[in-house]
Amino acid sequence: MDNYIEKRIELKAPISRVWRALTDYREFGEWFRVKLDGPFVPGQVSRGQITYPGYEHVQWEAVVQKMEHERLFSFTWPHPQSLDKVDYPLNHSGEPTTLVEFRLEKTANGTLLVLTESGFDKLPGDRRREAFRRNDGGWTEQMKNIENYVTQTS
Amino acid sequence: MAGQRRARAPVFAALGDETRLSLVAKLCGRRPYSISQLTQGSRLTRQAITKHLRVLESVGIVHSVRTGRESRFEFDPQPIEGIKQYLDFVSEQWDQTLSRLKSLVED
Repeated sequence: MDNYIEKRIELKAPISRVWRALTDYREFGEWFRVKLDGPFVPGQVSRGQITYPGYEHVQWEAVVQKMEHERLFSFTWPHPQSLDKVDYPLNHSGEPTTLVEFRLEKTANGTLLVLTESGFDKLPGDRRREAFRRNDGGWTEQMKNIENYVTQTS
Repeated sequence: MAGQRRARAPVFAALGDETRLSLVAKLCGRRPYSISQLTQGSRLTRQAITKHLRVLESVGIVHSVRTGRESRFEFDPQPIEGIKQYLDFVSEQWDQTLSRLKSLVED
């Protein structure tokens, strides 16, 4: 078990086309299934309403981080504890906020998109975070140990 | 299910510490450990170890069992399993979302 998610996907489309689909708020809304209130602006909150069937009661809220032309688009968003209608909305404070990054690279046939979502291990204090940085690979190693255990017993 | 989901954030937080992770790594070797055994070979005090164990206990990653005068701590994989399932779920959502992006840009 890793503490982040990574996806690599080859798209048969020019990088400019992919960039537009990622960063134009209407196009983003189409494939992400969210109706956004307005364009993405780095450093600003993006709001909207999820349009995914069954989740229309869920609000979209993210903070746009970086928009480096045709290279990197990123935002942070809270992970609600539950998306069930009965539980929603909840107080989102204290929930882990994760960082979503879309990186683009030109390939022979189009564009390579690398998506990462990280921060599931978000730590409460900076000191602890620093301890991790020093302990290179410590977290991943430990989680592997744990996973080995979990998979052996299930 | 809802209850399990609600417990997720504290589990992430409990695991977000080097010392606690190393305790978990040790304890998931299945056999229960006493605080003295966990303190041995560590530069931390018994008191510090106890404090970390209580944090893990509060989210159900470890349980204490009393044997005689001593408490022993044993590992429970269930909360971590819950996190694993959650990450799998998020991962699956991304697969679906990105395939919609793919159809949009390749059209």
